[in-house]
Amino acid sequence: MHGRVKIKSTAQQEEEKRKEKEKKLKAFVSARDAVLKKRSAGEHDEEALQLTRQLLSSNPDFATLWNYRREVLLHLETLREKDEVQKLYESELHFIEACLKVNPKSYGCWHHRTWVNTRLPQPDWTRELGLCDRCLSLDERNFHCWDYRRVVVKASGVSVEQELQFTDRLIGSNFSNYSSWHYRSTLLPQLHPQPAPDSAPITSPSPTTSPQFHSHRVCEEQLLKEYELSHNAFFTDPNDQSAWFYYRWLLGRAEREEMISCVYVSREGERVSVAFSKPVHAQSEGLMLVLDGQPQQVEWRSTHPRLRHSPVWLCDLPPGSISDMSNEHNLTIHWTEKHTHRDCALYTGCAESWCRDSATNLELFRSELSVEKSSVLQAELQSCNQLLELEPQNKWCLLTIILLMRALDPLGHEKETLAHFQTLKEVDPMRSTYYSDLCSKFLIENTILKMEYAEVRVFSLSNKNLTTLCHLDQLLFVTHINLSSNQLLRLPPHFAMLQCLEVLEADDNAIENLEGLYHLPKLEEVSLRNNQICKLSDLESLASCTKLTRLDLRGNPVHRTAHIESELSQLLPRVTALSL
Amino acid sequence: MFLLYFKTWRIPVLKICCVHFGYCVFKCVYFSVRHDIACHVTVCSFKMAAEDLPSQFDVVILGTGLTESVIAAACSRVGQSVLHLDRRNYYAGNWASFTFNGLLSWIEEYKNQQKVQITESEQVWRSLIDEGEDVVPLSSVDSSISNLEVFCYASEEEEKEEETKAPLTSCQPVNAETVSEETTGDSTEAQDTVTEPSQSQEEKDSQPISSPADPPVEVEKKITYQKLVKEGRRFNIDLVSKLMYSRGALVDLLIKSNVSRYAEFKNIGHILTCRNGKVEQVPCSRADVFASKQLTVVEKRMLMKFLTFCLDFEQHPEEYQDYTEKPFREFLKNKKLTENLQDFVLHSIAMVTQQTLTEEGLKATQHFLRCLGRYGNTPFLFPLYGLGEIPQCFCRMCAVFGGIYCLRHSVQCLVVDKASNKVKAVIDTRGQKISCSHFVVEDSYIRDEQRQSTAYRQISRAVLITDRSVLPSESDQQISLVTIPPLESSAPAVRMVELCSSSMTCMPGTYLVHLTCSSSGTAQEDLAPVVSELFHVSTIPGEEPSEGAEERSKPAVLWVMYFNMRDTSALDSSSYSLPSNVHVCTGPDGSLGSDCSIKLAESVFHHILPDEEFCPPAPNPEDIIYDGDGPQAEGPGFDESVNTEAEEEGAAHEKNPSTEPAEMDSVADTTPSSEE
Repeated sequence: MHGRVKIKSTAQQEEEKRKEKEKKLKAFVSARDAVLKKRSAGEHDEEALQLTRQLLSSNPDFATLWNYRREVLLHLETLREKDEVQKLYESELHFIEACLKVNPKSYGCWHHRTWVNTRLPQPDWTRELGLCDRCLSLDERNFHCWDYRRVVVKASGVSVEQELQFTDRLIGSNFSNYSSWHYRSTLLPQLHPQPAPDSAPITSPSPTTSPQFHSHRVCEEQLLKEYELSHNAFFTDPNDQSAWFYYRWLLGRAEREEMISCVYVSREGERVSVAFSKPVHAQSEGLMLVLDGQPQQVEWRSTHPRLRHSPVWLCDLPPGSISDMSNEHNLTIHWTEKHTHRDCALYTGCAESWCRDSATNLELFRSELSVEKSSVLQAELQSCNQLLELEPQNKWCLLTIILLMRALDPLGHEKETLAHFQTLKEVDPMRSTYYSDLCSKFLIENTILKMEYAEVRVFSLSNKNLTTLCHLDQLLFVTHINLSSNQLLRLPPHFAMLQCLEVLEADDNAIENLEGLYHLPKLEEVSLRNNQICKLSDLESLASCTKLTRLDLRGNPVHRTAHIESELSQLLPRVTALSL
Repeated sequence: MFLLYFKTWRIPVLKICCVHFGYCVFKCVYFSVRHDIACHVTVCSFKMAAEDLPSQFDVVILGTGLTESVIAAACSRVGQSVLHLDRRNYYAGNWASFTFNGLLSWIEEYKNQQKVQITESEQVWRSLIDEGEDVVPLSSVDSSISNLEVFCYASEEEEKEEETKAPLTSCQPVNAETVSEETTGDSTEAQDTVTEPSQSQEEKDSQPISSPADPPVEVEKKITYQKLVKEGRRFNIDLVSKLMYSRGALVDLLIKSNVSRYAEFKNIGHILTCRNGKVEQVPCSRADVFASKQLTVVEKRMLMKFLTFCLDFEQHPEEYQDYTEKPFREFLKNKKLTENLQDFVLHSIAMVTQQTLTEEGLKATQHFLRCLGRYGNTPFLFPLYGLGEIPQCFCRMCAVFGGIYCLRHSVQCLVVDKASNKVKAVIDTRGQKISCSHFVVEDSYIRDEQRQSTAYRQISRAVLITDRSVLPSESDQQISLVTIPPLESSAPAVRMVELCSSSMTCMPGTYLVHLTCSSSGTAQEDLAPVVSELFHVSTIPGEEPSEGAEERSKPAVLWVMYFNMRDTSALDSSSYSLPSNVHVCTGPDGSLGSDCSIKLAESVFHHILPDEEFCPPAPNPEDIIYDGDGPQAEGPGFDESVNTEAEEEGAAHEKNPSTEPAEMDSVADTTPSSEE
């Protein structure tokens, strides 16, 4: 039509673009070849800088070129005066900045920048800090920049207060930012540390184990402010997990100190079992056993070969050393590395003896949440319940409530906890197995607490919909365990920690793996009716339990195996009462 | 500062660029570009005095307001020959932005017009009318502005500062002894005397003011009326006060048509409201809600929940269907929002009235929310140098594609073909008959005889120059939108836009405040109560607000102007008795956005050219084919200048791939030619 601007057709444009591209590619490839040739010839001159500069400014992710540049710079550095070196590296910083504009998330660029700053005679940290701020204001989740910023902050000695304000600012503009929240969690303990411990009640009863208070704690006044901040975040957007994670960190209790939680000795096997507060590798931990004042050379082993780190370790005493019932023995386990030890006395006439901390005493299971004052927790629980009223389907809220309830009163809140778990599984079916496992853990903890109060060695976990077993190190003395009518799939290697176990009932589960029934010296009777044991090989580990005489395998697929009876009697010759 | 433009016209790439120190640089570039247009126009109209315009156009457009300018650009873009006229000596009609001195002249012009009854120059064009033709005369007076009042509170004393500063140049306002609203006619001279050397002087002078490093200096300095006049060029005072919804029709059009490259934008920093005489922040984005200190956590949840629902409320009809016939306010109550939150949503987010029905309220809320986050934490943009830039940008686009511009040039009457009842030509103010197939005209050019009704709605406006922001915050360079709920439910809500000096609409150390509401009385009656509630208005003009007094917590008004503007936005083609190829564009409406004007422009364009695309993206300069004829036919200047454009753009890209904003304005302008 008349008067119209004629423009090129799409095909024409495409063609031109393609040609342009080809030209660029050719130029790039030839420059690359030239550079690599220079490098292999060991040439370290200005020209090399120039060439790599061209290539890197179009593709800053070419790591080899950065390396070459470093080689050249190191070489040039030796040839120049100090102020010239400063200039050299400053121009390098400018160059990197240009590259960062091409790709602000280039590993090569940021790494090179860190390196240049270490070479720079007088680094200008203020400028670097400014650069980071600029980058982060464009994209607050650029973790390369976060990393680099930490380096800069460390080198330039920015005050912790300023850094905290920096996180305030970033969180204020967008609180869905793990980096900022996490950074906060490292700054707060430095700025507002918890005052020195004055509380005795929750410390260990053993006078020898001095309570090692964890340093990552924040004073209560500041904590309350931080709670408010996270309330603001999760009331604003309860589906944003970053604030919830931060909140959990705030509520989190001090890590348990490392100590020997229990020593058990039995005359019968002349065996000592030692339980630790967390899994350790005893062979490398400098563990020493002193029997009646005499250090003993013993071989430590974990309860199952698959557990390299284990909370329970075993050793055999020299034969005959404690077998005489009429003798009294004193046993001490020294953990030299942690400067801690635990005594255990084996009195006359006793077949076994132990020394341990009570689970109730130690508040072992108050989950990961706990604050010194339960009133604070109570208030937090109220806030969360308030949010739950508004958002009955919110999984983060439900989960946090469960954790708070556990921290406050695990047994008292058991019913509500179970109901919340039920809701959780409905609103978040993708993670229902996770919730089941977590629920199992809490139920086991509750049962252990109840058992502690009752001081019995019979332990029943039947009919609780358990999907997993845990805290088995706490069951070192249990003689009878009932796991019937749950949804267990296996008896895990940890099960071998039940060193005193005599009778195991695990009917009506879906167990297909018996790995954990391994070297249980006192196990006499196992009932595994209506489970999923399919192969004879699944039962092999039972052969290591030398006292096993009664085995009930009714209702398992394994009975369909040909010659099962004869095979079994061959595998387990001591079993006299076998039901198939 | 934000710039939106496309790198290429096929793939829309939105670039956002932060520039902190570039204002001065830009300003120069910018002014030169503005003068570019202004110059060629002057050249054009001077030339016209001697030569005639071409006697044939596809479309003649009268009035350079936003709607007309968009239509002009759209028509020109698809190859129509366009003649674009305005009787005033400035662009944009009632959409214009003025320097302080320019505004004083405008006020003067208004006052003269009130006094002088213009006698219609009689019938010189009678001889041009053939048989079978009829004449529709147009109005030569603009009566869209009324009730204009000006008050000055700035001290009129001579400036006593400058102790250590370099002595003032000789351009000390000539009318220093006679400044008051009655004598503002002098200000035109003042404007003229502010010449380049003094500009640089001002630059130096003003630096301490704008520098945040020494606020005490700022406190010390009193802004006198002389100062306002002297620095008058730093003001760009809009007649209509609007913001751009970042997903509104105007922004979409600017991006789509590539016109955005002619302007720069700043995003609005604060959305505020005034409750119980206190100015506070409206939590509207997620970050605001999180940071808000006024809301309880439960309120935060309720508000977020409600806003999230509004984002896709159509998906949940069950939530609101019982309320479709009821006011939005009731729906908000039902949603268990506290009184507080209801106010926020109704007045500041949806910006609707008590009577607005639920669905409309939900739509307004949704629109607001969808605009959030595109260019920052608030939904609005403001064009630097004032809203008057936008119509000019479209005019420029029109000129680039060959449209011809004449200011101070109007149309006396339309020549209508009796048989078809269509306009076939217009007779301009110089008595030339120019034939056209379509005639687009702004409402204020229409005589009352052509109207079905002469009852209009009115907008009440106030323009204030103040000495500080209504909400002191850590950064003083923020544009704020303040919604002021009505005291009685029948009264209209007042909308206030406070512009900072970095929006290039006022001098450093001052704020330019626009108040707008739909009129119930005169502008002063409607708005003076709000002004005195939010600002310190001294009783004696020129009196300095006393230090330390409680009143000092409010910003002081230095200068204020009230006026009413006719709001014709409710009119449509049925409101006029005019030939079918005359398209009337209504003036600015009272709403915050410009969607109404853009939609009207689009519908007029489709009336004129039903089969053409409305403002397709301008092609990339390098994609234009120059092959002897074709574009050259439109004007010899065309390909030459486009070539320059191509070169400059290419150079810009090589120099710095990351958008140096200054380059955006270096696009060479086309001088539309009238030679052929």
